[in-house]
Amino acid sequence: MVTSRDDFSIAIRSAFLKKGTKQKFSLLALIIASIILLSFEAINSKSLNFVRSAIKDVIYRTSFILSMPGNSITSVSIKVQNYFEVYEQYEIVKSKLQQLENQKNQINYLKMENDKLKKVIDDTDVYNYESIITKVLVDKKSPFLKSVILNKGFDSGLKKGMPVLDGPYFVGRITEVNYLSSRALLINDLNSKIPVLIEPMGYQAIMSGTGDKPALLEFLPKNHQLEVGSLVYTSGTDGIFFPGIPIGRVELIEKKFHIKFFSDLSQLYLVNVITSKPIGSEQ
Amino acid sequence: MALFKKNFISRFFSLIPLLILFFLAFSETDFNFEKLNFLSFNLIYVVIFYWVLKNPDILGYGFIFLAGIVNDVVIGLPIGVSSITYLVLAGFAAYVRYLTVEPSLIYDWIVFVPSIAVTNSVYFYILRIFFDIEVNYIALTVNTSVTILLYPIIGILFNLLSKIIIMRKNV
Repeated sequence: MVTSRDDFSIAIRSAFLKKGTKQKFSLLALIIASIILLSFEAINSKSLNFVRSAIKDVIYRTSFILSMPGNSITSVSIKVQNYFEVYEQYEIVKSKLQQLENQKNQINYLKMENDKLKKVIDDTDVYNYESIITKVLVDKKSPFLKSVILNKGFDSGLKKGMPVLDGPYFVGRITEVNYLSSRALLINDLNSKIPVLIEPMGYQAIMSGTGDKPALLEFLPKNHQLEVGSLVYTSGTDGIFFPGIPIGRVELIEKKFHIKFFSDLSQLYLVNVITSKPIGSEQ
Repeated sequence: MALFKKNFISRFFSLIPLLILFFLAFSETDFNFEKLNFLSFNLIYVVIFYWVLKNPDILGYGFIFLAGIVNDVVIGLPIGVSSITYLVLAGFAAYVRYLTVEPSLIYDWIVFVPSIAVTNSVYFYILRIFFDIEVNYIALTVNTSVTILLYPIIGILFNLLSKIIIMRKNV
Protein backbone atom coordinates (compact mmCIF):
# COMPACT_ATOMS: atom_id res chain seq x y z
CA MET A 1 0.00 0.00 0.00
CA VAL A 2 2.86 2.27 0.97
CA THR A 3 4.58 1.40 -2.28
CA SER A 4 1.50 2.27 -4.37
CA ARG A 5 1.19 5.62 -2.59
CA ASP A 6 4.89 6.20 -3.26
CA ASP A 7 4.38 5.32 -6.93
CA PHE A 8 1.52 7.77 -7.08
CA SER A 9 3.51 10.65 -5.56
CA ILE A 10 6.58 9.85 -7.66
CA ALA A 11 4.45 9.86 -10.83
CA ILE A 12 2.82 13.18 -9.85
CA ARG A 13 6.20 14.72 -9.04
CA SER A 14 7.75 13.42 -12.26
CA ALA A 15 4.82 14.65 -14.36
CA PHE A 16 4.67 18.16 -12.95
CA LEU A 17 8.21 18.94 -11.84
CA LYS A 18 10.52 16.95 -14.07
CA LYS A 19 11.70 18.42 -17.35
CA GLY A 20 12.11 16.04 -20.29
CA THR A 21 15.32 15.81 -22.29
CA LYS A 22 14.14 18.47 -24.75
CA GLN A 23 11.80 20.35 -22.40
CA LYS A 24 12.88 23.79 -21.23
CA PHE A 25 10.16 24.29 -18.62
CA SER A 26 8.41 22.06 -16.13
CA LEU A 27 4.62 21.74 -16.26
CA LEU A 28 4.22 23.31 -12.82
CA ALA A 29 6.27 26.38 -13.80
CA LEU A 30 4.09 26.91 -16.87
CA ILE A 31 0.84 26.42 -14.94
CA ILE A 32 2.04 29.09 -12.46
CA ALA A 33 2.94 31.34 -15.43
CA SER A 34 -0.61 30.86 -16.81
CA ILE A 35 -2.14 31.77 -13.44
CA ILE A 36 0.03 34.92 -13.30
CA LEU A 37 -1.11 35.81 -16.85
CA LEU A 38 -4.73 35.28 -15.81
CA SER A 39 -4.32 37.55 -12.80
CA PHE A 40 -2.93 40.26 -15.14
CA GLU A 41 -6.38 40.28 -16.80
CA ALA A 42 -7.73 42.01 -13.70
CA ILE A 43 -5.09 44.78 -13.86
CA ASN A 44 -6.03 47.71 -16.07
CA SER A 45 -2.87 49.79 -16.54
CA LYS A 46 -2.05 51.80 -19.64
CA SER A 47 1.27 50.11 -20.41
CA LEU A 48 -0.18 46.63 -19.85
CA ASN A 49 -3.12 47.42 -22.13
CA PHE A 50 -0.70 48.62 -24.81
CA VAL A 51 1.29 45.37 -24.67
CA ARG A 52 -1.93 43.33 -24.64
CA SER A 53 -3.30 45.23 -27.62
CA ALA A 54 -0.05 44.82 -29.60
CA ILE A 55 0.03 41.04 -28.93
CA LYS A 56 -3.62 40.72 -29.95
CA ASP A 57 -3.08 42.70 -33.17
CA VAL A 58 -0.20 40.43 -34.19
CA ILE A 59 -2.13 37.24 -33.36
CA TYR A 60 -5.29 38.44 -35.17
CA ARG A 61 -3.35 39.24 -38.34
CA THR A 62 -1.52 35.91 -38.23
CA SER A 63 -4.81 34.14 -37.61
CA PHE A 64 -6.35 35.93 -40.59
CA ILE A 65 -3.51 34.85 -42.88
CA LEU A 66 -3.60 31.24 -41.65
CA SER A 67 -7.38 31.11 -42.03
CA MET A 68 -7.24 32.10 -45.70
CA PRO A 69 -6.91 28.58 -47.20
CA GLY A 70 -9.71 27.21 -45.02
CA ASN A 71 -11.93 30.19 -45.75
CA SER A 72 -11.43 29.96 -49.50
CA ILE A 73 -12.42 26.27 -49.44
CA THR A 74 -15.54 27.18 -47.45
CA SER A 75 -16.46 30.00 -49.82
CA VAL A 76 -16.07 27.70 -52.85
CA SER A 77 -18.35 25.09 -51.24
CA ILE A 78 -20.91 27.79 -50.41
CA LYS A 79 -20.78 29.03 -54.03
CA VAL A 80 -21.38 25.50 -55.35
CA GLN A 81 -24.25 25.00 -52.91
CA ASN A 82 -25.74 28.36 -53.90
CA TYR A 83 -25.54 27.44 -57.56
CA PHE A 84 -27.73 24.39 -56.98
CA GLU A 85 -30.26 26.40 -55.00
CA VAL A 86 -30.57 29.21 -57.54
CA TYR A 87 -33.64 28.00 -59.42
CA GLU A 88 -35.55 27.12 -56.27
CA GLN A 89 -34.78 30.54 -54.84
CA TYR A 90 -35.72 32.24 -58.10
CA GLU A 91 -39.28 30.93 -57.87
CA ILE A 92 -39.62 32.07 -54.26
CA VAL A 93 -38.10 35.45 -55.03
CA LYS A 94 -40.45 35.93 -57.99
CA SER A 95 -43.55 35.52 -55.85
CA LYS A 96 -42.07 37.65 -53.06
CA LEU A 97 -41.21 40.40 -55.53
CA GLN A 98 -44.82 40.67 -56.50
CA GLN A 99 -45.81 41.04 -52.84
CA LEU A 100 -43.06 43.58 -52.27
CA GLU A 101 -44.16 45.67 -55.24
CA ASN A 102 -47.55 46.03 -53.59
CA GLN A 103 -46.01 46.76 -50.20
CA LYS A 104 -43.62 49.32 -51.72
CA ASN A 105 -46.49 51.41 -52.97
CA GLN A 106 -48.04 51.33 -49.53
CA ILE A 107 -44.73 52.21 -47.86
CA ASN A 108 -44.12 55.15 -50.19
CA TYR A 109 -47.46 56.56 -49.25
CA LEU A 110 -46.80 56.03 -45.52
CA LYS A 111 -43.30 57.53 -45.81
CA MET A 112 -44.63 60.68 -47.40
CA GLU A 113 -47.27 60.94 -44.75
CA ASN A 114 -44.66 60.30 -42.02
CA ASP A 115 -42.34 63.02 -43.38
CA LYS A 116 -45.19 65.49 -43.36
CA LEU A 117 -46.08 64.59 -39.78
CA LYS A 118 -42.45 64.80 -38.68
CA LYS A 119 -42.21 68.32 -40.03
CA VAL A 120 -45.29 69.17 -38.07
CA ILE A 121 -43.91 67.93 -34.73
CA ASP A 122 -40.36 69.16 -35.57
CA ASP A 123 -38.77 65.81 -34.73
CA THR A 124 -35.06 65.10 -35.22
CA ASP A 125 -34.00 62.19 -37.35
CA VAL A 126 -33.02 59.31 -35.07
CA TYR A 127 -31.22 57.52 -37.88
CA ASN A 128 -28.79 60.37 -38.44
CA TYR A 129 -25.65 58.56 -37.38
CA GLU A 130 -22.09 58.21 -38.58
CA SER A 131 -20.65 54.79 -39.21
CA ILE A 132 -17.48 53.03 -40.29
CA ILE A 133 -17.45 50.02 -42.60
CA THR A 134 -15.23 47.25 -41.27
CA LYS A 135 -14.34 43.81 -42.50
CA VAL A 136 -14.66 40.66 -40.41
CA LEU A 137 -11.09 39.40 -40.06
CA VAL A 138 -11.69 36.25 -38.05
CA ASP A 139 -14.92 34.47 -37.25
CA LYS A 140 -13.97 31.59 -34.98
CA LYS A 141 -17.24 29.71 -34.98
CA SER A 142 -16.92 28.55 -31.41
CA PRO A 143 -19.87 26.59 -30.00
CA PHE A 144 -19.45 28.44 -26.67
CA LEU A 145 -18.68 32.06 -27.48
CA LYS A 146 -20.08 34.07 -30.35
CA SER A 147 -17.90 36.96 -31.44
CA VAL A 148 -16.04 38.22 -34.51
CA ILE A 149 -12.78 40.12 -34.93
CA LEU A 150 -12.98 43.30 -37.03
CA ASN A 151 -10.14 44.86 -39.00
CA LYS A 152 -10.40 48.33 -37.43
CA GLY A 153 -9.47 49.49 -33.96
CA PHE A 154 -9.08 52.70 -31.97
CA ASP A 155 -6.88 53.97 -34.78
CA SER A 156 -10.14 54.39 -36.76
CA GLY A 157 -12.11 55.80 -33.86
CA LEU A 158 -13.74 52.61 -32.61
CA LYS A 159 -14.67 52.46 -28.93
CA LYS A 160 -16.07 49.87 -26.55
CA GLY A 161 -19.86 49.60 -26.61
CA MET A 162 -20.38 50.87 -30.17
CA PRO A 163 -23.21 49.08 -31.99
CA VAL A 164 -22.40 46.85 -34.98
CA LEU A 165 -24.80 46.57 -37.93
CA ASP A 166 -25.02 44.14 -40.82
CA GLY A 167 -26.62 46.37 -43.45
CA PRO A 168 -29.55 47.92 -41.61
CA TYR A 169 -29.74 45.14 -38.98
CA PHE A 170 -28.29 45.17 -35.48
CA VAL A 171 -25.86 42.27 -34.94
CA GLY A 172 -23.72 43.12 -31.90
CA ARG A 173 -21.52 45.57 -30.08
CA ILE A 174 -17.80 46.25 -29.69
CA THR A 175 -16.39 44.66 -26.53
CA GLU A 176 -12.65 44.93 -27.06
CA VAL A 177 -10.63 47.53 -28.97
CA ASN A 178 -6.99 47.22 -30.00
CA TYR A 179 -4.96 49.63 -32.13
CA LEU A 180 -5.68 47.95 -35.47
CA SER A 181 -8.44 45.50 -34.61
CA SER A 182 -11.43 45.04 -32.38
CA ARG A 183 -13.83 42.35 -31.21
CA ALA A 184 -17.59 42.49 -31.60
CA LEU A 185 -19.76 40.39 -29.29
CA LEU A 186 -22.66 39.07 -31.35
CA ILE A 187 -26.26 39.23 -30.14
CA ASN A 188 -26.55 35.43 -30.04
CA ASP A 189 -23.74 35.12 -27.46
CA LEU A 190 -24.83 33.88 -24.03
CA ASN A 191 -23.38 37.03 -22.44
CA SER A 192 -25.30 39.44 -24.67
CA LYS A 193 -28.25 41.28 -23.06
CA ILE A 194 -29.86 44.06 -25.13
CA PRO A 195 -32.95 46.18 -24.29
CA VAL A 196 -35.45 45.89 -27.12
CA LEU A 197 -38.76 47.29 -28.26
CA ILE A 198 -41.40 45.02 -29.77
CA GLU A 199 -43.74 46.56 -32.33
CA PRO A 200 -46.62 47.06 -32.98
CA MET A 201 -47.46 46.38 -29.29
CA GLY A 202 -44.74 48.71 -28.00
CA TYR A 203 -43.54 46.23 -25.33
CA GLN A 204 -40.10 46.73 -23.80
CA ALA A 205 -38.03 43.62 -23.02
CA ILE A 206 -34.51 42.25 -22.76
CA MET A 207 -33.06 40.13 -25.53
CA SER A 208 -30.69 37.44 -24.21
CA GLY A 209 -28.38 35.46 -26.49
CA THR A 210 -28.66 31.67 -26.28
CA GLY A 211 -25.75 30.51 -28.43
CA ASP A 212 -26.99 28.69 -31.49
CA LYS A 213 -30.74 29.03 -31.00
CA PRO A 214 -32.66 32.29 -31.69
CA ALA A 215 -32.29 34.83 -28.84
CA LEU A 216 -34.69 34.68 -25.90
CA LEU A 217 -37.07 37.48 -24.92
CA GLU A 218 -36.97 38.13 -21.17
CA PHE A 219 -38.66 40.55 -18.77
CA LEU A 220 -41.76 41.00 -20.91
CA PRO A 221 -44.59 42.91 -19.22
CA LYS A 222 -47.04 40.88 -17.15
CA ASN A 223 -50.17 39.71 -19.01
CA HIS A 224 -48.62 40.60 -22.33
CA GLN A 225 -50.25 39.52 -25.54
CA LEU A 226 -47.22 39.09 -27.72
CA GLU A 227 -47.83 37.86 -31.24
CA VAL A 228 -45.58 35.70 -33.35
CA GLY A 229 -44.13 37.70 -36.22
CA SER A 230 -43.93 41.00 -34.31
CA LEU A 231 -40.90 43.10 -35.15
CA VAL A 232 -38.09 43.64 -32.67
CA TYR A 233 -35.98 46.82 -32.60
CA THR A 234 -33.33 48.25 -30.28
CA SER A 235 -35.14 50.36 -27.67
CA GLY A 236 -32.24 52.70 -26.97
CA THR A 237 -33.25 52.90 -23.30
CA ASP A 238 -29.67 52.06 -22.27
CA GLY A 239 -28.48 55.29 -23.93
CA ILE A 240 -25.80 53.32 -25.82
CA PHE A 241 -27.63 52.18 -28.92
CA PHE A 242 -29.79 54.16 -31.29
CA PRO A 243 -33.45 53.32 -30.90
CA GLY A 244 -35.28 51.64 -33.76
CA ILE A 245 -32.51 49.54 -35.30
CA PRO A 246 -34.23 46.38 -36.60
CA ILE A 247 -33.10 43.08 -35.06
CA GLY A 248 -35.56 40.36 -35.99
CA ARG A 249 -39.01 38.83 -35.65
CA VAL A 250 -40.68 37.17 -32.69
CA GLU A 251 -41.20 33.44 -32.91
CA LEU A 252 -42.48 30.84 -30.47
CA ILE A 253 -40.17 27.94 -29.65
CA GLU A 254 -41.05 25.47 -26.90
CA LYS A 255 -43.61 27.85 -25.40
CA LYS A 256 -41.03 30.63 -25.05
CA PHE A 257 -40.75 33.78 -27.13
CA HIS A 258 -37.56 33.98 -29.17
CA ILE A 259 -36.21 36.36 -31.78
CA LYS A 260 -35.26 35.12 -35.22
CA PHE A 261 -32.57 37.52 -36.45
CA PHE A 262 -32.92 39.27 -39.80
CA SER A 263 -29.19 38.89 -40.32
CA ASP A 264 -27.37 35.57 -40.72
CA LEU A 265 -24.76 35.89 -37.99
CA SER A 266 -22.65 33.05 -39.38
CA GLN A 267 -22.16 34.85 -42.70
CA LEU A 268 -20.94 38.28 -41.57
CA TYR A 269 -18.36 39.81 -43.90
CA LEU A 270 -18.66 43.60 -44.02
CA VAL A 271 -20.29 45.31 -41.06
CA ASN A 272 -21.01 48.91 -40.05
CA VAL A 273 -19.90 50.22 -36.68
CA ILE A 274 -21.91 53.24 -35.56
CA THR A 275 -19.43 55.76 -34.21
CA SER A 276 -21.75 58.59 -33.22
CA LYS A 277 -23.73 58.58 -29.99
CA PRO A 278 -27.51 58.61 -29.89
CA ILE A 279 -29.18 61.93 -29.19
CA GLY A 280 -29.37 62.66 -25.49
CA SER A 281 -26.92 59.92 -24.47
CA GLU A 282 -24.46 62.47 -23.03
CA GLN A 283 -27.04 63.35 -20.46
CA MET B 1 23.51 16.75 -49.37
CA ALA B 2 21.88 13.35 -48.86
CA LEU B 3 22.42 13.64 -45.10
CA PHE B 4 20.91 17.12 -45.09
CA LYS B 5 17.86 15.85 -47.04
CA LYS B 6 17.46 12.92 -44.66
CA ASN B 7 17.66 15.20 -41.61
CA PHE B 8 15.25 17.70 -43.14
CA ILE B 9 12.58 15.07 -43.90
CA SER B 10 13.00 13.49 -40.46
CA ARG B 11 12.71 16.94 -38.80
CA PHE B 12 9.65 17.82 -40.91
CA PHE B 13 7.75 14.72 -39.79
CA SER B 14 8.64 15.42 -36.15
CA LEU B 15 7.28 18.95 -36.54
CA ILE B 16 3.87 17.86 -37.85
CA PRO B 17 2.16 17.58 -34.40
CA LEU B 18 3.48 21.03 -33.45
CA LEU B 19 2.34 22.50 -36.78
CA ILE B 20 -1.13 20.97 -36.30
CA LEU B 21 -1.32 22.40 -32.77
CA PHE B 22 -0.45 25.95 -33.84
CA PHE B 23 -2.49 25.80 -37.02
CA LEU B 24 -5.56 24.86 -34.98
CA ALA B 25 -4.85 27.52 -32.36
CA PHE B 26 -4.27 30.29 -34.92
CA SER B 27 -6.68 29.50 -37.69
CA GLU B 28 -10.41 29.57 -37.96
CA THR B 29 -10.27 26.02 -39.28
CA ASP B 30 -11.73 24.23 -36.34
CA PHE B 31 -14.20 21.42 -35.98
CA ASN B 32 -17.43 23.14 -35.06
CA PHE B 33 -19.97 22.61 -37.77
CA GLU B 34 -22.73 25.20 -37.96
CA LYS B 35 -25.43 22.79 -39.10
CA LEU B 36 -24.07 19.70 -37.33
CA ASN B 37 -23.64 20.85 -33.75
CA PHE B 38 -23.33 17.30 -32.50
CA LEU B 39 -20.15 16.90 -34.52
CA SER B 40 -18.18 19.65 -32.76
CA PHE B 41 -14.97 18.32 -31.25
CA ASN B 42 -11.69 19.62 -29.88
CA LEU B 43 -8.77 18.30 -31.90
CA ILE B 44 -6.25 20.34 -29.87
CA TYR B 45 -7.03 18.23 -26.78
CA VAL B 46 -6.41 15.02 -28.71
CA VAL B 47 -3.15 16.36 -30.16
CA ILE B 48 -1.86 17.42 -26.73
CA PHE B 49 -2.93 14.27 -24.88
CA TYR B 50 -1.67 11.86 -27.51
CA TRP B 51 1.75 13.42 -28.07
CA VAL B 52 2.55 14.21 -24.44
CA LEU B 53 1.65 10.62 -23.65
CA LYS B 54 3.54 9.02 -26.51
CA ASN B 55 6.44 11.31 -27.25
CA PRO B 56 6.74 14.44 -25.08
CA ASP B 57 9.90 15.56 -26.86
CA ILE B 58 7.86 16.28 -29.99
CA LEU B 59 5.38 18.59 -28.27
CA GLY B 60 7.16 20.78 -25.70
CA TYR B 61 5.23 22.16 -22.72
CA GLY B 62 6.35 25.68 -23.67
CA PHE B 63 4.70 25.33 -27.06
CA ILE B 64 1.50 24.02 -25.45
CA PHE B 65 1.51 27.09 -23.18
CA LEU B 66 1.99 29.41 -26.19
CA ALA B 67 -0.74 27.65 -28.20
CA GLY B 68 -3.09 28.24 -25.26
CA ILE B 69 -2.34 31.96 -25.26
CA VAL B 70 -2.92 32.16 -29.03
CA ASN B 71 -6.20 30.27 -28.70
CA ASP B 72 -7.37 32.61 -25.92
CA VAL B 73 -6.63 35.70 -28.01
CA VAL B 74 -8.34 34.30 -31.11
CA ILE B 75 -11.44 33.11 -29.25
CA GLY B 76 -11.57 36.18 -27.00
CA LEU B 77 -11.12 34.51 -23.62
CA PRO B 78 -9.07 35.95 -20.74
CA ILE B 79 -5.42 35.21 -21.59
CA GLY B 80 -4.23 32.14 -19.69
CA VAL B 81 -7.44 30.08 -19.50
CA SER B 82 -6.63 27.76 -22.40
CA SER B 83 -2.97 27.55 -21.32
CA ILE B 84 -4.02 26.23 -17.91
CA THR B 85 -6.50 23.74 -19.37
CA TYR B 86 -4.00 22.49 -21.97
CA LEU B 87 -1.28 22.14 -19.32
CA VAL B 88 -3.63 20.30 -16.95
CA LEU B 89 -4.40 17.85 -19.76
CA ALA B 90 -0.68 17.56 -20.52
CA GLY B 91 -0.15 16.89 -16.77
CA PHE B 92 -2.63 14.01 -16.90
CA ALA B 93 -0.91 12.58 -19.97
CA ALA B 94 2.54 12.90 -18.38
CA TYR B 95 1.26 11.28 -15.16
CA VAL B 96 -0.19 8.34 -17.10
CA ARG B 97 3.04 8.02 -19.07
CA TYR B 98 5.04 7.59 -15.86
CA LEU B 99 2.62 4.94 -14.57
CA THR B 100 2.05 2.95 -17.76
CA VAL B 101 4.14 -0.12 -18.32
CA GLU B 102 2.47 -1.45 -21.46
CA PRO B 103 0.85 1.33 -23.47
CA SER B 104 -2.15 0.58 -25.70
CA LEU B 105 -4.63 2.75 -27.55
CA ILE B 106 -7.60 1.32 -25.62
CA TYR B 107 -5.93 2.04 -22.25
CA ASP B 108 -5.04 5.58 -23.40
CA TRP B 109 -8.63 6.08 -24.51
CA ILE B 110 -9.99 5.00 -21.11
CA VAL B 111 -7.61 7.38 -19.32
CA PHE B 112 -8.50 10.16 -21.75
CA VAL B 113 -12.09 10.17 -20.44
CA PRO B 114 -11.39 11.39 -16.86
CA SER B 115 -8.55 13.61 -18.12
CA ILE B 116 -10.74 15.55 -20.54
CA ALA B 117 -13.62 15.65 -18.03
CA VAL B 118 -11.39 17.26 -15.37
CA THR B 119 -9.76 19.56 -17.94
CA ASN B 120 -13.09 20.85 -19.23
CA SER B 121 -14.35 21.27 -15.67
CA VAL B 122 -11.31 23.44 -14.91
CA TYR B 123 -12.03 25.44 -18.08
CA PHE B 124 -15.70 25.84 -17.20
CA TYR B 125 -15.10 26.85 -13.57
CA ILE B 126 -12.36 29.38 -14.39
CA LEU B 127 -14.64 31.12 -16.89
CA ARG B 128 -17.77 30.91 -14.75
CA ILE B 129 -16.42 31.64 -11.26
CA PHE B 130 -13.44 33.93 -11.82
CA PHE B 131 -14.57 35.82 -14.93
CA ASP B 132 -18.36 35.44 -14.82
CA ILE B 133 -18.46 34.42 -18.49
CA GLU B 134 -21.44 32.27 -19.40
CA VAL B 135 -20.53 29.08 -21.21
CA ASN B 136 -22.99 26.87 -23.04
CA TYR B 137 -22.40 23.75 -20.95
CA ILE B 138 -24.54 21.56 -23.22
CA ALA B 139 -22.35 22.46 -26.20
CA LEU B 140 -19.29 21.88 -24.01
CA THR B 141 -20.59 18.44 -22.96
CA VAL B 142 -21.38 17.50 -26.57
CA ASN B 143 -17.93 18.72 -27.64
CA THR B 144 -16.29 16.67 -24.86
CA SER B 145 -18.27 13.52 -25.70
CA VAL B 146 -17.53 13.70 -29.44
CA THR B 147 -13.84 14.36 -28.70
CA ILE B 148 -13.77 11.25 -26.49
CA LEU B 149 -15.53 9.16 -29.16
CA LEU B 150 -13.18 10.28 -31.91
CA TYR B 151 -9.98 9.77 -29.87
CA PRO B 152 -9.30 6.20 -31.09
CA ILE B 153 -9.75 7.13 -34.78
CA ILE B 154 -7.42 10.11 -34.52
CA GLY B 155 -5.15 7.99 -32.30
CA ILE B 156 -4.78 5.42 -35.10
CA LEU B 157 -3.77 8.18 -37.53
CA PHE B 158 -1.28 9.56 -35.00
CA ASN B 159 0.06 6.04 -34.44
CA LEU B 160 0.87 5.93 -38.15
CA LEU B 161 2.59 9.31 -37.96
CA SER B 162 4.49 8.20 -34.86
CA LYS B 163 5.73 5.10 -36.71
CA ILE B 164 6.84 7.25 -39.66
CA ILE B 165 8.72 9.59 -37.31
CA ILE B 166 10.53 6.68 -35.64
CA MET B 167 11.22 5.06 -39.02
CA ARG B 168 12.64 8.29 -40.44
CA LYS B 169 14.88 8.74 -37.41
CA ASN B 170 16.29 5.26 -37.82
CA VAL B 171 16.93 5.56 -41.57
